[in-house]
Amino acid sequence: MVRVTRAIEFSASLRYRASGLSDAQNRELFGLSAEQHGHNYRLEVTVRGEPDSKSGMVINLTDLKAILEREVMSRFDHKDLNADTEFFKDVPPTPENLASVIHKVVAAALPAGMFDRLRLYQDSDLYVDVVG
Amino acid sequence: MLELTRRYKLPAAHVLANPLLSVAENDKIFGKCANENGHGHNYEFEVTITGPVDETTGQILPTEQLDNIFATTIAARYSHKLLNQCESFDSLVPTTENFAEIVYRELAPALERLHPVRLVRVRLTETPRNFFEYGDPR
Repeated sequence: MVRVTRAIEFSASLRYRASGLSDAQNRELFGLSAEQHGHNYRLEVTVRGEPDSKSGMVINLTDLKAILEREVMSRFDHKDLNADTEFFKDVPPTPENLASVIHKVVAAALPAGMFDRLRLYQDSDLYVDVVG
Repeated sequence: MLELTRRYKLPAAHVLANPLLSVAENDKIFGKCANENGHGHNYEFEVTITGPVDETTGQILPTEQLDNIFATTIAARYSHKLLNQCESFDSLVPTTENFAEIVYRELAPALERLHPVRLVRVRLTETPRNFFEYGDPR
């Protein structure tokens, strides 16, 4: 079993808002993160499998790059997570929630059984792992 | 399964020497790390927790809360200190193996009070070439 990891980086703006709360309540709950701000996210996606006997590859990296471009970059890069995506109308785009959303869309796009884990860095000092 | 990891840095000094051994024996085991005047590192801690994601906040634990726990439990004890003089190392050589286990054992109860949040593991990086982990295997 071999694990292959591909990393991408995207930049997005966001604010933490909980459904049904006022601006003042959100400010109290989330502090500064309740204001619109941004991050340079780094995403590492790991797939697993046996290297193909002909190609020697677990997955063709061209295919993996295309999946990440379509499922992650086009949705989130240089976007506002609250205003420009469908996922954070009612839940805050915390790294936990964003990693969960990315897990769902990437795992569904990969060949069955291939998703191993992903790691989403919000910044160099905070990251979330989703283990498949 | 979702895990959150937060990274912290703190500088500290240590002498790798067992007080029950002679200077010569310590030099033989620890080499230049046995320098009696000490040496130091920028220790980097990666603290990994797990737990359910709160439906309202979207977080396992507010980052600020985790930061406060680390600051009061670990940084206050070890930052800018000579580890050999810290109580936790009374009968232990302050290798980073021992330090990683100590940090885990001191953080775990503080996080257990916030059940179902749980400490998964601690990774302690001593230099860019050495790191040590204590807790659940990956």
